[in-house]
Amino acid sequence: MNLTLKIWRQAGPRAQGEMVTYPVTDISEDMSFLEMLDVLNEQLNARGEEPIAFDSDCREGICGMCGLMISGQAHGPEVTTTCQLHMRSFKDGDEITVEPWRADAFPVIKDLVVDRSSFDRIIQAGGFISANTGSAPEAHSVPVPKPKADRSFMAAACIGCGACVAACPNASGMLFMGAKITHLGELPQGQPERDARVVSMVSTHDHEGFGGCTNVGACADACPKEIPLDVINQLNKDLRRALMHGE
Amino acid sequence: MTAPTTERTELIHGLYTEGEPIVDTKAPAGPIEQRWSKRKFEAALVNPANRRKLSVIIVGTGLAGGAAAATLGEAGYHVKSFCYQDSPRRAHSIAAQGGINAAKNYKEDGDSVFRLFYDTVKGGDYRSRESNVYRLAEVSANIIDQCVAQGVPFAREYGGLLDNRSFGGVQVSRTFYARGQTGQQLLIGAYQALERQVAAGTVEMFARHEMLELVVVDGKARGIIARDLVTGEVETHLADAVVLASGGYGNVFYLSTNAMGSNVTATWRAHRKGAYFGNPCYTQIHPTCIPVSGEHQSKLTLMSESLRNDGRIWVPKKAEDCEKDPREIPEEDRDYYLERIYPSFGNLVPRDIASRQAKNVCDEGRGVGPKVGDFRRGVYLDFTDALKRMSAEAVAEKYGNLLDMYQRITGENPYEVPMRIYPAVHYTMGGLWVDYDLQSSIPGLFVAGEANFSDHGANRLGASALMQGLADGYFVLPNTIRDYLAKGPFEALEESHPSVVEAKAAVDARVAKFLSINGDRSVDSFHKELGNIMWEYCGMERSEEGLLKAIDLIRGLRDEFWRNVKVLGAADTLNQSLEKAGRVADFLELGELMCIDALHRRESCGGHFRAESQTEDGEALRHDDEYAYVAAWEWGGDSGAPVLHKEDLVYEFVEMKQRSYK
Ligand SMILES: Cc1cc2nc3c(=O)[nH]c(=O)nc-3n(C[C@H](O)[C@H](O)[C@H](O)COP(=O)(O)OP(=O)(O)OC[C@H]3O[C@@H](n4cnc5c(N)ncnc54)[C@H](O)[C@@H]3O)c2cc1C
Ligand code: SF4
Ligand code: FES
Repeated sequence: MNLTLKIWRQAGPRAQGEMVTYPVTDISEDMSFLEMLDVLNEQLNARGEEPIAFDSDCREGICGMCGLMISGQAHGPEVTTTCQLHMRSFKDGDEITVEPWRADAFPVIKDLVVDRSSFDRIIQAGGFISANTGSAPEAHSVPVPKPKADRSFMAAACIGCGACVAACPNASGMLFMGAKITHLGELPQGQPERDARVVSMVSTHDHEGFGGCTNVGACADACPKEIPLDVINQLNKDLRRALMHGE
Repeated sequence: MTAPTTERTELIHGLYTEGEPIVDTKAPAGPIEQRWSKRKFEAALVNPANRRKLSVIIVGTGLAGGAAAATLGEAGYHVKSFCYQDSPRRAHSIAAQGGINAAKNYKEDGDSVFRLFYDTVKGGDYRSRESNVYRLAEVSANIIDQCVAQGVPFAREYGGLLDNRSFGGVQVSRTFYARGQTGQQLLIGAYQALERQVAAGTVEMFARHEMLELVVVDGKARGIIARDLVTGEVETHLADAVVLASGGYGNVFYLSTNAMGSNVTATWRAHRKGAYFGNPCYTQIHPTCIPVSGEHQSKLTLMSESLRNDGRIWVPKKAEDCEKDPREIPEEDRDYYLERIYPSFGNLVPRDIASRQAKNVCDEGRGVGPKVGDFRRGVYLDFTDALKRMSAEAVAEKYGNLLDMYQRITGENPYEVPMRIYPAVHYTMGGLWVDYDLQSSIPGLFVAGEANFSDHGANRLGASALMQGLADGYFVLPNTIRDYLAKGPFEALEESHPSVVEAKAAVDARVAKFLSINGDRSVDSFHKELGNIMWEYCGMERSEEGLLKAIDLIRGLRDEFWRNVKVLGAADTLNQSLEKAGRVADFLELGELMCIDALHRRESCGGHFRAESQTEDGEALRHDDEYAYVAAWEWGGDSGAPVLHKEDLVYEFVEMKQRSYK
């Protein structure tokens, strides 16, 4: 198939960016979206134009490194990551816009590459269970009821891609944060630090420039791992509880 | 058939020379169950007050590097941690699907530390060190405890206890898992422990940084030169010791299940500075990957081999059926070749065997799917029987995410049409040579995880790389490196020291060189060509003739690369072509060493199958009398030949047998 791509080009963090049009031809439907960009980059290189910078690593939907706004949708039209989006989701003659995640907390580094280190700082604020190496009790000494284990696992599936933030009109990181609160909060091991965790993470989130949640739900729709909105309710509940406890 | 032992020896000798054997690996002697305790006891201690003054650089934030950085940070050392991704959470360990082994014997099915040790030695085709493997089995149980305490959500049974499954060629259920995301969940556990130390100020994190050179001063590893991938700045980082946990080098084949950025640069640069490279030719080709669909392919996707527990592998008996819809091929015209050849293990034979048999049936013209070159490269993995036996819901509960992934990539519904699979490069057993302490041949340089030549011998069993990565990172390295650090703090070192200046200048010069060649070919085009050479001649089957040809081809390609590569853009900005150029330049050197290693090892063992060394029915034939050793290669200089150091493998506790899975 033949397509018209309109791609955001920006030379550096402080440079002015613009949309540039690139026609591509002979795209096979078995290609992934990123393989289609690889083909374009090879052509640009051959013409002496600098290839388009974009992030990806595992290319199997698990590392969370890729992430593009494709015609206004985070990760494009399917419920999956950009690297797992295949060209059979498009048709001959389509015009596709490709932009980076847009959020104050994710500044653009170059072209389609953004800085998501704010997510790491949210985790540093409390997204962990303090268990020094070697101090762990025998694994079977603490059984975890299966429903709790399953809910914890469901929330732990978050890959930290940032699509939730990109999709949100407020650029809020609540779905990402709620997923971590739920993952750790469902487990007995996560209880001792539960109050402190949520207070500290939320404060870092706000400080990093993420917006507040107004229950739009665009985050959960965009999430490639189908993290549900109720992790945000969980977060709010935990936060109220912590504040009541005087954290 | 046996290997010709003297023919062409001269020629091979022109490609390498032989140096002194390695006699001491620092493993304690005595009963195998006591060796690790003994080593821990004998390793010197570092006073807690001194730890802050001791700095350690750790390259890599996968299971091995992430776990080591967190643990050394908790102990109070000053750690600097590096990864090339934008966050340490994205190291390629994240992609591991199937599970992690541990000798917990929760199922009371006869498992034990000794059995895990025994299975791993046997699975590695008797080419690994007994002491190391025993230690791995011994600490495996602690890993599960540690991960559970951190909140890793392993699969559980209704009673709330941990679930296990059997995995890849063993007959006990000792594999712990988190649906198809075991690697992700383990890595997030290590990542969170790491971030906790970043917050505590013991670990300094350098994401989007790529190590491009090792700094060696007075024979000791004292730092690295790394490029900040965002600003392009080439930085010098100095420390008392350096740990490389930079993962495997499977991307030398271009197409593999590794991440796009997986590279050999960190270990290769150390190799060029004097670290021996162990068994570079031992690569694992995984039998259950999604086949190549066309020229544009950028990577291959693994389908967990747990699928082999319930799926049946077959090809048509007759070549003329290969184009038919598989559902229309009657039972009697199907060849369930693994079940036929290996009646007792069937579809669960080890990976090397399953892969090679897939290649054999495709070479016979019985492969399925689109033609790649002259052959169809695919075999069926069929869930029809499982769907009849278990219901679609039960299959979905167990394998849903894998089957969905398959459908997403191929556009075919595996609940209706048998899946197509083909082997792909997956894991590298080879890596930098290390002693029992995980120290390389350069004092102060330690190597952990897939980056070292490790505990897997010539073939790795499923679910054992995650185990090794975490064993190294949480439990082994933190104990052994302290023995080295106890000798410090070492002499203060300035960035102006001539060896440091020289290392940095070399990186600057290389970056400038890439940008100035301005030839006609992209980096990727060289990488693809190298990958084709490696896959053809140093892949699932290797022969003397093919390997000699490959060496010539690689030399020619490397020569052309340095004359004709085209890297656009600038040095002082994010420049992904420049990053790739550095990685491919190193793969072009590694590829040659892999072929030389494969050429010199005139036996078949594990993942290394030499056409000249097979039994009458086509199984791998080892030559223990000549080759029961680790091949540790020393860099011979840009114009010299590599030097082989042999470390003899002694089996005191396990008897060496020809593997049989019939
Ligand atoms: C698809 C897939 C599935 C797998 N499934 C299983 C399984 O089910 N069970 C199992 O036991 N094993 C499995 N394995 C193998 C296992 O996942 C790996 O061997 C293991 O995770 C490697 O861990 P590591 O810490 O050594 O390296 P990695 O996790 O690869 O980490 C490497 C780190 O080094 C950094 N790095 C690399 N080079 C540089 C450089 N030059 N400069 C700076 N940083 C650098 C990277 O940024 C990264 O942080 C699987 C592997 C793959 C690819
Ligand atoms: S919650 Fe979903 S969209 Fe947000 S970071 Fe996690 S995986 Fe990505
Ligand atoms: S590249 Fe890893 S999730 Fe897309």
